[in-house]
Amino acid sequence: MKSMIKSVALATIVVAAPLTLATTASAEGEKYVLVSHAPDSDSWWNTVKNGIALAGEQMGVEVEYRNPPTGDIADMARIIDQAAASGPNGIITTLADYDVLQGPIENAVASGVDVIIMNTGTPEQAREVGALMYVGQPEYDAGLAAGMRAKGDGVTSFLCVNHAIQQPTVGERCRGFADGLGVDLGDSMLDSGTDPSEIKNKVLAYLSANPETDGILTLGPVSADPTIAALEENGMAGDIYFGTFDLGEEIVKGIKSGVIQWGIDQQPFLQAYLPVVIMTNYHRYGVLPGNNINSGPGFVTADALSKVEEFAGEYR
Amino acid sequence: MSQTAQPKPVADERVKEMSSFRRSLIRPELGGICGTIAVFTFFLLFAHDSGMFNSQGIMNWSTVSAQFMIIAVGACLLMIAGEFDLSVGSMIGFAGMMIAIFSVTLGWPVWMAILISFVLCLAIGALNGFIVIKTGLPSFIVTLATLFILRGFTIYFPQLLENKTIIGGIRDQAEGDWLAPIFGGKILTGFFQWLGDNELIATFERGTRQGDPVVDGIPMLIIWAIVLVIFGHVLLTRTRFGNWIYASGGDAQAARYVGVPVNRVKVLMFMFTAFCACVFATCQVMEFGSAGADRGLLKEFEAIIAVVIGGALLTGGYGSVIGAALGALIFGVVQQGLFFAGVESSLFRVFLGVILLLAVILNTYIRRMITGER
Repeated sequence: MKSMIKSVALATIVVAAPLTLATTASAEGEKYVLVSHAPDSDSWWNTVKNGIALAGEQMGVEVEYRNPPTGDIADMARIIDQAAASGPNGIITTLADYDVLQGPIENAVASGVDVIIMNTGTPEQAREVGALMYVGQPEYDAGLAAGMRAKGDGVTSFLCVNHAIQQPTVGERCRGFADGLGVDLGDSMLDSGTDPSEIKNKVLAYLSANPETDGILTLGPVSADPTIAALEENGMAGDIYFGTFDLGEEIVKGIKSGVIQWGIDQQPFLQAYLPVVIMTNYHRYGVLPGNNINSGPGFVTADALSKVEEFAGEYR
Repeated sequence: MSQTAQPKPVADERVKEMSSFRRSLIRPELGGICGTIAVFTFFLLFAHDSGMFNSQGIMNWSTVSAQFMIIAVGACLLMIAGEFDLSVGSMIGFAGMMIAIFSVTLGWPVWMAILISFVLCLAIGALNGFIVIKTGLPSFIVTLATLFILRGFTIYFPQLLENKTIIGGIRDQAEGDWLAPIFGGKILTGFFQWLGDNELIATFERGTRQGDPVVDGIPMLIIWAIVLVIFGHVLLTRTRFGNWIYASGGDAQAARYVGVPVNRVKVLMFMFTAFCACVFATCQVMEFGSAGADRGLLKEFEAIIAVVIGGALLTGGYGSVIGAALGALIFGVVQQGLFFAGVESSLFRVFLGVILLLAVILNTYIRRMITGER
């Protein structure tokens, strides 16, 4: 019995330690919760975390970042319910799956919480769930623009390395790219998984099975970093046309060394930073921009890399 | 446990005297009960003003706990029968996707899609059990294979048929269906409307649902969880079959010698686990209106964690359904509660690990007290 009391006491101490830290870190003022669909393993979202943290600091509001640990969208719906129940002034969320998230978001809006949709989703969907606005990059259009650019550079066939096959909006980039190139998507989309060595080996296997491939599109650092390693291993680095979505440290290095032609920056920092600023001003002074905000696409090439390089993975 | 269910026998020199207080204390659920009290005390202290204990907040963690309970009941009975099922999470994704494909892609009525998914899941569960029995391989390996096979199909089929990995539109399809509300509906809506009207619970402030209570009924998910827990508990403690489950997991060979149909028990338990996974999937699909290829990821471990927190033994032959249900409750409350308490969300796994470790250590001591082993 004694040991049990001891272990319960121990549990309380262990559990309470980070909790007190978390509560002291919060500021006075409005409270905003950002809910993402990204699993813990997705490092890209670090920029988003930094973005809301900076906005929270500058505006003097309390900000929180929440995500489903495994990236399960049904779990994300519960987190939005939870966020609404905890009574914040506003929720910033992605619309990773409209069917699943529509209900929870509408309920949050109806219970008096303002919502801004960021990153994933469309302006139409954002309007339908009653959100104030949409801040992000229209995925299909971004893919289309990239595809047309690649076509202009003489690409005829491509491999799309998709590390988030379960997320339809990410796949839209591949579809847009294929349409921009004017080729059929067919089997060019590779379900790579998220494990770096698996991705690398799948890319190697695909390229040796389809040697005529002359273009590669990766959909984020998760798939881009191992793809760079794969190309360096089979000697195609710098030879094959390589474009990627999103930025990260390795991607920036790749652009600099000429392995990657361009990276499409959707500027996640803005997607996190702007909603906090917009909602704070809306709640304090009642001012609200009249339109949705496109945070991307911006093509980042070897020219003008210095700022990007300095803040890659942190604010870029 | 079945022993406690029988009337107290007349004094027998072979039975050790034990005070009724001690008897009531040393149960497999004890760890779960202590844990539940500790967890609620903790969150009442740290998160009482965060909305965690208003109607919306309670509904939030109850729903999450109920989800865990549904799969934990199946996993618990199977684990007591001495086997594992690692394919639960994949089965959830697979069952949901089957419902979506049959109803949306093929246009069948939703009730038929649901029933066929249940038949498929039960068949796969039986196959799992059959392979384990026939080959004598550890169920760990067999169901690990099923995990990958089912997950693979769950990604492959929708891509093949619909060219995407999430199939939506089930909600429209389920409109007016007779079976769908049994999984996705809500009950006691009138009661909650009355509570809302009398300002006993909060109501929506604006929008199309203005005036509606923020909690408008008990989801069927929770009802399924309660029904399954009661069913599992009664089956395990009040029936002959329950004793067979304990016997099969305790020592299968000894159980065979005394005439327990061990193989049949094990196959049935695999089927029951698959049934629970399918209930989970159906409730989720009917509530959210879409099936995704990533649904149910890692749920098999969450089920096992809930069962272990609830005091069951990984080696089989010992455990309780009530314990597993409490384990699921602890899991759900901690998971959502940490959000309410404003803890950095990346620390969630740290807490989970700590709680799991503490629960297992605690349960080991309790079991030693019960069995008298040193």
